[in-house]
Amino acid sequence: MKNILMSVAVIYGLLGTTSLTADEFSNKNLKHWKSEYQFVVKEGRKVFTNPRLGSNTVTCNECHPNAANTHPETYPKFQKQLGKVVTISEMINWCIANPLEGKKMRLSDPRMTALIAYITEERRGVNLSPGKH
Amino acid sequence: MERRDFIRSSSKMVAGTLLPITLVEVAFGMSAKPEEKQVEDFTFAFISDAHLQQIKGTKFVRNWDMGLKRAVAECNMMSPRPDFVIFGGDLAQLGKAAEIDHGAEILSALHSPMKMMMGEHDYYLDLGEHWQKCFGDTHYSFEHKGVHFVVLNSILVDEEWTNKWKNPMARMQTMAGLDDPNGSPFMVGEAQRQWLKNDLKDLPKETPLVVFSHSPLQKIFKGWNFWTDDADLIQDILKPFDKVNVIYGHVHQIQYNKINNISFNSVMSTAWPWPYPQSYSKVKPTYLPKMTIEMNRADPFFERDATGWQMINVHTGRTNIHYQLPNNKNRTVAYNHKHERPEDIDFQEKKIPSQEHY
Ligand code: HEC
Ligand SMILES: [Fe+2]
Ligand SMILES: [Fe+2]
Repeated sequence: MKNILMSVAVIYGLLGTTSLTADEFSNKNLKHWKSEYQFVVKEGRKVFTNPRLGSNTVTCNECHPNAANTHPETYPKFQKQLGKVVTISEMINWCIANPLEGKKMRLSDPRMTALIAYITEERRGVNLSPGKH
Repeated sequence: MERRDFIRSSSKMVAGTLLPITLVEVAFGMSAKPEEKQVEDFTFAFISDAHLQQIKGTKFVRNWDMGLKRAVAECNMMSPRPDFVIFGGDLAQLGKAAEIDHGAEILSALHSPMKMMMGEHDYYLDLGEHWQKCFGDTHYSFEHKGVHFVVLNSILVDEEWTNKWKNPMARMQTMAGLDDPNGSPFMVGEAQRQWLKNDLKDLPKETPLVVFSHSPLQKIFKGWNFWTDDADLIQDILKPFDKVNVIYGHVHQIQYNKINNISFNSVMSTAWPWPYPQSYSKVKPTYLPKMTIEMNRADPFFERDATGWQMINVHTGRTNIHYQLPNNKNRTVAYNHKHERPEDIDFQEKKIPSQEHY
């Protein structure tokens, strides 16, 4: 055990010196990351309009055109019906389980990430206001 | 009996059996003074946007079914009974014969005569074939106790868009997605405008006129087709009449407005509410009629919240609309003859702040 901790420390030490330069990124990197992000936003729109996401063919955009009224900028917030402060994932899961009569997703599910990316992109430019009802 | 109590007991009754008595007196906040009275007292009901959605075979989305069934049950318990019920379009979700038949069956439980109007969700699969087989003409007019009523089919688009699809279901699904950028703006079209001119030709100008359309006959927000492309041309045709009232569905929310001589009122959906267009922050400015005081925000934890249906009277030649909104505060939007425009009685007169939609 002690040995493992020691070697981890050594590796960190080595990385520590190299990471000074490893942090640099080029325009090419930026372009790449942005396109990865845009891809996931598009995937999110597909999930948002997919009649097979739940069990009853209802889609998110039936009630939320352009993701309006999903208010991602207000999370985390106290959700009175859930009785606690939650992130937007929990409210998304609530809408999947209820209007869509579907199965809740794991929070690490790539479709959850994609949904949040799409919903948030549609609200670009709106001020963050966590806790707002 | 308090309306609130009625609503509670009625939701139980919808599930069980209906009591054979009429439970609700229709009380309008603004009854007409005798000198303002133009036409015989009567009420009619407006039910709209049921969006019955087939899952498979005989399985339909439960939530939407419940909305329409509840409206029908409540409507049947009204006293006085409405002279007729107009259904405002979007009976189906994807225009399927099974959905339209399912809707016709639920509506057949109404005790009052029905008038039907077409919505885009009823049309874009088979271009209205099955709907017309069931319900007849898509545009027509009728007289009722001194009021001239007109029903228009306002959800047509140009032929190029309509005919460019190899797959009718793809066309239907594109039009069914309110926010689908590949849709096309609605219009009434040249043929019906001619028909309308002709229909109104010999009508005395003081006859109260009520025009039903699925889409608003005004331009609110093109992105979600809260829009009719030839709205201006139709407003021109209606201009010579003293009292013109346009009542439309499609928007699933309360809106009202006045443009020249025409007052505009929207009705609710029995299925689900829609956000107000200005809450889509990427497109500023949008054109929600300035006069509208918004309805309260929907609470998704009550599935009937911010859905509903309407009782309407035309005593003064202008429409007073009484919104039945389970779980949300009922509203009355009535024509204020002093201000010469429709107003939300409680919220405008008592200056109650309404909830912010953002
Ligand atoms: C039957 C209609 C309906 C459907 C379908 C639906 N929602 Fe909702 N949802 C609502 C309503 C109504 C609200 C409350 C809006 C408000 O607060 O003004 C809401 C709220 C939300 C919120 C929280 C908004 C806030 O202000 O806290 C999120 C996030 C959300 N929905 C995501 C989704 C997602 C993702 C889907 C698809 C899985 C979905 N919804 C499907 C009706 C629906
Ligand atoms: Fe509709
Ligand atoms: Fe519609």
